[in-house]
Amino acid sequence: MCPYAGHAYICVIKKTITVDYYKELSSDVRFVEGLTGCLHCGTCTAICPAAEFYNYDPRIVAETVQTRDNNKIHELLTGNMIWYCGECMSCKTRCPRNNAPGLLIMALRALSVRTGLFTESEKGRQQLVLKRTMGEWILKYGYCLYREEMTVEDHPEQGPTWEWQNKNLEKLFERFGVKYRGDEPGPLRKIPQEALDELQRIFDVTGATRLFEFIEEKSAEKAAEMGLEFDNRLDCRYVNQLYNLDSGIHTKD
Amino acid sequence: MKLEGKRRLWQEYQKDIATDKFFYVRSCVRQNFFPAAEQTFLRILQQTLGKTVYENPGHTTCTGIGYHCDVVPLNTTMTVVARQFALMTEAGYENLAVSCITSFGLYTEILETWHHFPEIEEQTREFLRKATGREFMIPKNLAHASDILYKLRHEIAAKAPFRLINHITGEPLKVVEHIGCHYSKMFPHKGIGGAEYPYVLVGLAEALGGEIVDYPERRHCCGFGFRQYVVRANRGYSLSCSKKKFDSMEPYKPDLIITNCPGCPYFLDRWQYVVGEMEGKTYGENGHGIPVLTYEELVGLALGYDPWDIGLQTHQVSSEPLLIKMGVPFDPSKKYAGKKGENIGRPAKPGTLKIDMDALHIHESILTS
Repeated sequence: MCPYAGHAYICVIKKTITVDYYKELSSDVRFVEGLTGCLHCGTCTAICPAAEFYNYDPRIVAETVQTRDNNKIHELLTGNMIWYCGECMSCKTRCPRNNAPGLLIMALRALSVRTGLFTESEKGRQQLVLKRTMGEWILKYGYCLYREEMTVEDHPEQGPTWEWQNKNLEKLFERFGVKYRGDEPGPLRKIPQEALDELQRIFDVTGATRLFEFIEEKSAEKAAEMGLEFDNRLDCRYVNQLYNLDSGIHTKD
Repeated sequence: MKLEGKRRLWQEYQKDIATDKFFYVRSCVRQNFFPAAEQTFLRILQQTLGKTVYENPGHTTCTGIGYHCDVVPLNTTMTVVARQFALMTEAGYENLAVSCITSFGLYTEILETWHHFPEIEEQTREFLRKATGREFMIPKNLAHASDILYKLRHEIAAKAPFRLINHITGEPLKVVEHIGCHYSKMFPHKGIGGAEYPYVLVGLAEALGGEIVDYPERRHCCGFGFRQYVVRANRGYSLSCSKKKFDSMEPYKPDLIITNCPGCPYFLDRWQYVVGEMEGKTYGENGHGIPVLTYEELVGLALGYDPWDIGLQTHQVSSEPLLIKMGVPFDPSKKYAGKKGENIGRPAKPGTLKIDMDALHIHESILTS
């Protein structure tokens, strides 16, 4: 039994679907809160930033899960579509029936991960990058993002100011009246080890640690299947490809 | 919609906001990208308005960005948030002041979930007990930091020597306000003014004399999209959303953009630089961009804080065009200096976007000695 969302991990054998996906989704509180009866009006799609950029339609997502058709839900879990949403939740505001396709997406993504089906799509495979970056930064630093890990090479959009700041962090923070990576309260203080230890234990007892391991295991299997180099580095071929590659099939013309 | 109609709507979306004795929790994004903004918030509350704000250095990320990248499970996030509540409880505070909009949305979502599903709250308490031995009380008052400055806006305006008014022409400055999506799109009644016509930054800007720009894509997301920015292959999503907003607001010639979300000022600032580099296009006057400020930076300027002490030099789009219009005194030669005036170099100039005092004219009286 895995504590992640209170469910067991599910082994999905390829081409043989033995899981009742709708039943699984219904045990996720976000799914319960996110689907109250879609009337297919398309208001969510009209307002959705992702629908404007990607080949994405939140109305189709709501409509598909509402059919309870296991094969169609399987297609969602193995495809790219559920990974296009930006979780801005604009859909929640405008839906005349108080549905939230964004919440349905979160439940679908969680199910795709714990069934291992996330590795079946280009965008789903990116879960490994997210686990190895912010997932691990949270436990290492106590922050979701950490500027010393965000290089100008990976983030050229940071601009020349970022490069200048990174060379002068201690002086810059001193000007703002705080010690960079200091022990006192303040921005980017060094989070005490006891606090990091508590975070680790929370991740252990709530299933996040096991989930991270599962993402690694499934990703390693996929890398072997794809014939791509896979190890624990961020710049191994498999991870590098996930982080940088866009196959060009996702966006509108 | 006519202003009268909006004001009626705003009346329907009010909430209680504490005015003192806050337990403060910080934002991961802001600490990295605008570290001085949070310090400015504390300076406003503690030094200028005499409020009590307590911070425990052992509080951590709420894991919100990881949660919305779907790599941190809901149970984990709820338990980390419960730990923040426990630190607040242990310190004897009841009013939680939240720096981050993602956190604020998440705290709201979690409290709503626990309200409707008490068994989930009990399970979270059990997880926290098992992992840390801690217990917690639910905050009596949950407010985003921008809510607090909104609540205190008249007190702030009464003390402010500088206003959102062009000090030469006497005309109000045109303000684009951008509200973080998770402030109220999920739970409209938890935000001042609701989700369609949020009033939190409108009220603040109006109290300082500014005039709000109502442009078509006003409520469109800045484009963070969590995984859509963090993973490089997806980053075009983020840039496209911001550009859509820039193109929509441009005809209204805004003098500044203010935001209440950690990611939004970052994206609206940096993507202006990127559009300049990619397409040679700029959105401000004289080849500059439209200055993008957080709500604390705006209030800090109005209160007469030195622009470089509140961190405006960490923006890629320069704020000088706004400082000149507001009549805020500043010393261009100190912009990139250290605390004691020492030389710590300066950033390279972008290829297209004008920065600093380039192409700007300034009357000597505005310069400090």
